[in-house]
Amino acid sequence: MAKDSTIGSFTIVLLLALVCSALVSGTAVGLRDRQEANRLLDRQKNILLAANLYDPGADLETMLAALETRIVSLADGAFVPAAEIDPEEFNQLGAALDPRTGRELSRPEDLAGLGRVEKYSLVYLVRANGRIDRVVLPIRGRGAWSTMHAYVALADDFNTVVGVTFYLHGETPGLGAEIENPAWQEGWQGKQIYDRQNQPALRVIKGQAPPGEAGTHQIDGISGATRTLEGVSRLLEFWFGEHGFQPFLERLRAGEINDE
Amino acid sequence: MSDESKRELFFRAIFERNPITLLVLGICSALAVTGSMATALVMSISLTLVTACASAIISILRHRIPNTVRIGIQITVIATLVILVDQVLQAFFYDLSRQLSIYVGLIITNCIVMGRAEGFAMNNPPGKAFVDGVGNGLGYSFILMTVAFWRELLGAGTLFGYTVLHPAIRGGWYETNGLMLLPASAFFLVALLIWLLREIYPSQLEK
Repeated sequence: MAKDSTIGSFTIVLLLALVCSALVSGTAVGLRDRQEANRLLDRQKNILLAANLYDPGADLETMLAALETRIVSLADGAFVPAAEIDPEEFNQLGAALDPRTGRELSRPEDLAGLGRVEKYSLVYLVRANGRIDRVVLPIRGRGAWSTMHAYVALADDFNTVVGVTFYLHGETPGLGAEIENPAWQEGWQGKQIYDRQNQPALRVIKGQAPPGEAGTHQIDGISGATRTLEGVSRLLEFWFGEHGFQPFLERLRAGEINDE
Repeated sequence: MSDESKRELFFRAIFERNPITLLVLGICSALAVTGSMATALVMSISLTLVTACASAIISILRHRIPNTVRIGIQITVIATLVILVDQVLQAFFYDLSRQLSIYVGLIITNCIVMGRAEGFAMNNPPGKAFVDGVGNGLGYSFILMTVAFWRELLGAGTLFGYTVLHPAIRGGWYETNGLMLLPASAFFLVALLIWLLREIYPSQLEK
């Protein structure tokens, strides 16, 4: 069989494609468990980073023990007992897709570009002397190309940002991916989510946020990342609005659910 | 060219015919991952592995590869190897794979790998092709590590994350050079290296 004949070419290409795909899928399946474990570890690390509790030298298990994982019903902001939904087993992204635990968002509601949203969300509480001292919330939304996943931690007024980490996204390296830059994320600390009318007001602006009072609800822009940051502003508006964590945060502020 | 010994082939690929400084290939990743030595090292190892294996495999197959679809076949082999490297990094060096982000995937389109496969491995036996691949990979690594050394040292005052020059922002005396942390600074360093190598090998000078 001549290698340059049409049939010869096809045979070689097909054979090669078969061998290569077997190799690739073999490795992907074989290493999946390890990669999943890494991703979980990375998420946990980022929760701690957002809450300002991460210390690279310390033992991760000990640090994680400070976090209390709970499930919150987004509609009324109440805790869901672990007997109903186990926080350890809860798959939040999967829940959005399931008709029983998720719902479709109408176009005007869907600021974060999610399509569907879950009815329940994981939240992480940090207690000091039994009282809730910090709360870490998972938020996500569309950027320029991808869904950006972040954790944002709030102080015990449930309004002031303690820290934020964008830990998973597919934005352009050097431009949109700068949302991962710790220097930029540091600029979130001390900003406030809600304005005096109790509306979510925190936004990313163009240029530098002014210092002091004027910049309370403003986050520095990043040049070359306009569309990514528009996504960040919209996902903040969504997740801290009435379809997101607003009912839960209001309950926390009213002191209704500071129980064990 | 074909009567060169493997030894000559190897060392010429690193210095005299260095893929970055003579051929100016693979610049994209040379700018992107040289901000710190750790990422540059992982990138260097990954690229050397991929170039060497891709060259050897393509050389083994060279009498079977139909001329009309040879580029496609080379890309398939290279892409497979790159995916394997990427999967292994994600499983065993997760933080590094996060830092390298898309650049490991972009080894697929790194001109050095394709260039050696098409330009050398298609016409030479596997042993030589492998040596050529390793040589070119190390040539790339040599430039990457040199650039990363200066960028990390002058930009952050550290080497492999260990503080060498105590930076002023952390209470030391060294005023870090912010330009060195930006990818553009790699242009200046690569240009200096090209200048140096062309002084050593005047035959590379363009008329």
